[in-house]
Amino acid sequence: MAIGVKVVSRPGAQVSYVRATLKGMALTLQHLFRPKVTMQYPEEKSARDWTLSSRWRGTHRMLTDEQGRAKCVACGLCPQICPANCIKLVPGEDEHGNRYPLIYEIDEFRCVFCGYCQEVCPEEAIHVGVHYENSEFSRDRFVYDLERLCAQTHPVSTLWDPSDPKGE
Amino acid sequence: MTFFVVSSVVKIIVVFTVLMVGVALLTLAERRICAWMQDRLGPNRVGPQGLLQPAADGLKNLMKEETLPAQADKALFLLAPAMSFVPALLTFAVIPFAAPLPTPWGDVDMVVANLPVGFLYILAFSSLGVYGIVLAGWSSNNKYSLLGGLRASAQMISYEIALGMSTVAVLLLAGNVTLSDVIARQAPSLFKWNVFPLSLAYFIFVVAAFAETNRLPFDLPEAEGELIAGYHTEYSAMKFSMFYIAEYSNMVTASALMTTLFFGGWDIPFTTWDNAPPWTVWKTLATLAAFSLKVGCFLFLYIWVRWTLPRFRYDQLMALGWKVMLPLALGYVSVIATAVWYLHDRLAWTYDTRFALTLFALNVLLAIPLFFVLDRGHIVAGSVAEEGRAS
Repeated sequence: MAIGVKVVSRPGAQVSYVRATLKGMALTLQHLFRPKVTMQYPEEKSARDWTLSSRWRGTHRMLTDEQGRAKCVACGLCPQICPANCIKLVPGEDEHGNRYPLIYEIDEFRCVFCGYCQEVCPEEAIHVGVHYENSEFSRDRFVYDLERLCAQTHPVSTLWDPSDPKGE
Repeated sequence: MTFFVVSSVVKIIVVFTVLMVGVALLTLAERRICAWMQDRLGPNRVGPQGLLQPAADGLKNLMKEETLPAQADKALFLLAPAMSFVPALLTFAVIPFAAPLPTPWGDVDMVVANLPVGFLYILAFSSLGVYGIVLAGWSSNNKYSLLGGLRASAQMISYEIALGMSTVAVLLLAGNVTLSDVIARQAPSLFKWNVFPLSLAYFIFVVAAFAETNRLPFDLPEAEGELIAGYHTEYSAMKFSMFYIAEYSNMVTASALMTTLFFGGWDIPFTTWDNAPPWTVWKTLATLAAFSLKVGCFLFLYIWVRWTLPRFRYDQLMALGWKVMLPLALGYVSVIATAVWYLHDRLAWTYDTRFALTLFALNVLLAIPLFFVLDRGHIVAGSVAEEGRAS
């Protein structure tokens, strides 16, 4: 006997294979008629007890001001902090000296949904959203341009707050 | 002669088609029932209630790439799926599945080949099934496949004996090896169904049949936890699918055998109008329905047991086969032979309901020590407990 092997004496005389088998089969037969727990996803999208957390980090969304322009001031912090390097930003300037994004694109394929862009944004313009259904038929449809980011309507993520870890 | 050839060809085509469709639906039934037993829904997307799922699976397997391992024995590797597939189907040829069908040219037996030696034919062909598995395991040139093949051969040979022994008792009562005679013998009354006079033989037969078809708790040749997929690890696409079809056809055949040998075949219980001529189309259809229902129940039993029991350990499997099943079957045959001799020769009883019920009482008497004494800690022992006893 190898060192450290604990020999458990089993109550062999009381163990019955046939009885245990019949018991198990009775159990599986009961389960056959029980209500099923499967949520049939595309048809039943949000079952009663299955909703996304408000901290869910999904598809991005760019917030807009009253005139419908993107809040972004093209400061360049989000492409700077993005660990996946998925944000493309070309800044522009209008005649009043206000900076605005000429090109603002997010590649949702490269994105790791860390939410740093939302955290770092001084204007609270770019957000990650509580949304996960972003399938497309071609790869280039996953590069969201500014117009498309502004057009998203899902709720934005309330990121984890270190001072309020439980979200109260 | 022409009529015989034509009717045989038609029967072959119909039986083959029905069997293949049945096997396809059985794969779906297995997946759905296993899902229900696990409180899931199972595949229900392709077609109504997932009924077209087998077609989708088949199409996928046809279009998948066939892989051929570089070091494999090519000829045997290609032959093995067919070798496991063919005996499973051939066995079904001798099983009568309905009352004879009257046609303007004469009655047609509802069995592909009404062999006088039907029973021996089944024993011969069910042993052939192991070749496919062993050859698949060996020709793959893969250690896991080889282990799976070795296990399959050891297991199937061990349980073959118990299987054959348990059916000797059936032959003692039937006095004939023709399956249609075995059925005719059981038909007159419900209690003459062999499951009553030969309950323990039926029990042994079921356990051995599970082992023969490599279904849980005897699926050691596949044992995905230990051997990846056992003997069919290296197979892909349709060749892999062939092993699956073989497994399920084996299940259908084994269920049909249980029905034929122990549950009166196509006999409808509680009536005798279905057993005697004149034959009509309705009789054929009704008995066919009865047969299908019985086979369906056994198929459900197969699935039910599979999703309930864990797999045996290899030593437990061998111990059960050689130390329990074989002596049990041998002892049982001698007891039944003695009882039949005594009732038949000494008391000069003919084989009627009284005879069958007496044997049933004998079976109940035998079952008590079996299930209440022998079952305790003997049938499946833990290895740790045995070591503890030895030291």
